[in-house]
Amino acid sequence: MTTRDQMLANIKANQPALRPVPTDFTFTSVYPDLTKQFIDVLTFVGGAALIVEDFAAIRASLQTQFPNMTSVATTCPELADLADVTMNVTDPHELSGLNLAIIEGPLAVAENAAIWVDERQIPQRVAPMITQYLVIIIHQSTIVPNMHDAYKLLKVDATGFGTFICGPSKTADIEQSLVIGAHGARSLMVYILP
Amino acid sequence: MNKQLTLDHADAALEFNKNEAKVDWHDETLWFVRTKRDRAVAQIPEWEQLREAASQIKNYGLSNMHDLLIQFEENAIRNGIKIHWAADGDEHNAIILDIIKQAGANRMVKSKSMLTEECHLNQFLTDKRIEVIDSDLGERIVQMRGEPPSHIVLPAIHLTKAEVGETFHEHLGTDKGATDPQYLTEAARQHLRETFLTRKVALTGVNFAIAETGGFVVCTNEGNADMGVHLADVHIAAMGFEKIIPRAEHLSVFLRLLARSATGQPITTFSSHFHRPRPGQEMHIVIVDNGRSRQLGRPDFRNSLKCIRCAACLNTCPVYRRSGGFSYHSAVAGPIGSILAPNLDMKQNADLPFASTLCGSCSNVCPVKIDIHDQLYKWRQVLMKEGYGPGSKTVAMKAMATVLESPRLYRMAGKVGRGVLRFAPITVENGLNPWYTQREMPEPPAESFHDWYVNHKKA
Repeated sequence: MTTRDQMLANIKANQPALRPVPTDFTFTSVYPDLTKQFIDVLTFVGGAALIVEDFAAIRASLQTQFPNMTSVATTCPELADLADVTMNVTDPHELSGLNLAIIEGPLAVAENAAIWVDERQIPQRVAPMITQYLVIIIHQSTIVPNMHDAYKLLKVDATGFGTFICGPSKTADIEQSLVIGAHGARSLMVYILP
Repeated sequence: MNKQLTLDHADAALEFNKNEAKVDWHDETLWFVRTKRDRAVAQIPEWEQLREAASQIKNYGLSNMHDLLIQFEENAIRNGIKIHWAADGDEHNAIILDIIKQAGANRMVKSKSMLTEECHLNQFLTDKRIEVIDSDLGERIVQMRGEPPSHIVLPAIHLTKAEVGETFHEHLGTDKGATDPQYLTEAARQHLRETFLTRKVALTGVNFAIAETGGFVVCTNEGNADMGVHLADVHIAAMGFEKIIPRAEHLSVFLRLLARSATGQPITTFSSHFHRPRPGQEMHIVIVDNGRSRQLGRPDFRNSLKCIRCAACLNTCPVYRRSGGFSYHSAVAGPIGSILAPNLDMKQNADLPFASTLCGSCSNVCPVKIDIHDQLYKWRQVLMKEGYGPGSKTVAMKAMATVLESPRLYRMAGKVGRGVLRFAPITVENGLNPWYTQREMPEPPAESFHDWYVNHKKA
């Protein structure tokens, strides 16, 4: 018998009598202001957010936040002229010098400030981690209250890879001191469009 | 091998307790994490119902494990992922070595996986001349020091920043005496970026495997799992079979519970869902048993397989906080480790279920409602019955049983005890009495409860 068959046989012999799959596992979260809740939590985890009117405002803010930044890549058509490099590379190693990545997030969660992105927003999976600084643009209307609402809208295998991003990369492995910028982006700026 | 690994829990804890200031620091550091958890939990009104939902999903998973694994395998293969099955640690290690060799590599970068610790993968690969670099900062620190992780979520929680500074000075050439976490983390960032960019093979653990979609989720704060695998040609994911959950939608429950229970964060920075290798990449999943199917067959202990490795039970445990992770001489320390380890080796880990006050705090914080302290108690019964209990305990328990069985003997022993404590305290307050170690002896009452009762009944 192969290891696989032996393992499965042992599991079948030892597993308890079938229990029903629970149906009551999603909950409703009520926040008076979803955007405020999202911003509060994002700030708590070391990110920053700005409510903006349009792409012109984002452009102006980016120029103050990241003056004279080079090695900038974006997948937003509206900001294409700000980019001097592309994320559409065949070898992800080519992104090692990326300073700023500007991407869109199709879905955000108020309870924990997590933003979903998948391969439709990031042509290379490593982009949001390998970049030194990360900017995500979301729309207010796509903020859902909690994770149950998010998974009802998501199809997690629509592309080969998707991730919830919540704030900049961080660690507290040295004596529980919070350090922002472990291996991934050193900051996360979120622009919230109407 | 670590010196402490040869000692049993009590003796290893005694070693750890020699540095009282460090013990206090360790205790307070972990309690700080526990209080962060409490604050996060208080913000979720439905927390208890969430725990119940998670527990029920896992119960269903255990009861339908065989079919869920087959469903997972089918879907994963359809997604282009290669599936391997490993009966034990040796088979797991051999499969991984084989994949590395097939890729023509002799170096690998790894993100956190307690399963590979359980299987002693690093040592195995090092012996085969494969270089392994752990990329989680805490794991990298302990790896440089030649130590195993002392905690499943915070691997270097036993070290002060001065000790980390010393280690980095030696291995990364940072300034001598540097203790600034920002500075030290930056040094590690540069060192590990170089590693990520040059490794063809990367290994991750698996937090959750989804039967319905044939994909899996890996959660990190640093983004180290992502940096490793998205730059590598080969991604190996090592998973214990109990990581399976039925549906993607169930992730909503577990991702709400995991980070809040672990560190008090609302969610980890990256919760990455892998379903297909990227073009040109290979993706492998190694599904491991290593005693899990045996534990599944033990009705009293199978609940331990529901664990999602958040470490809330470690952080709250008064014994763990004061004895340190290494005293558990097992890949998974603390209360959860103490109910998993005897399944792996009953004789070698017979001491661990006794390393608890049975206060129940572990069970209270467990996000999937594992009856941890009940299982610790049950393991004690099993271990004593199987003859693995400590000899001194057997003698003491027999003597106690004799005394408790006879009211006359009991009253006499009480009288002697009270007399000794009052008139000759030195006979019990000395190093020969193990009960006196790190404890004050009680002040003896003038009379026993029995005498008091008899006297008052008369009046």
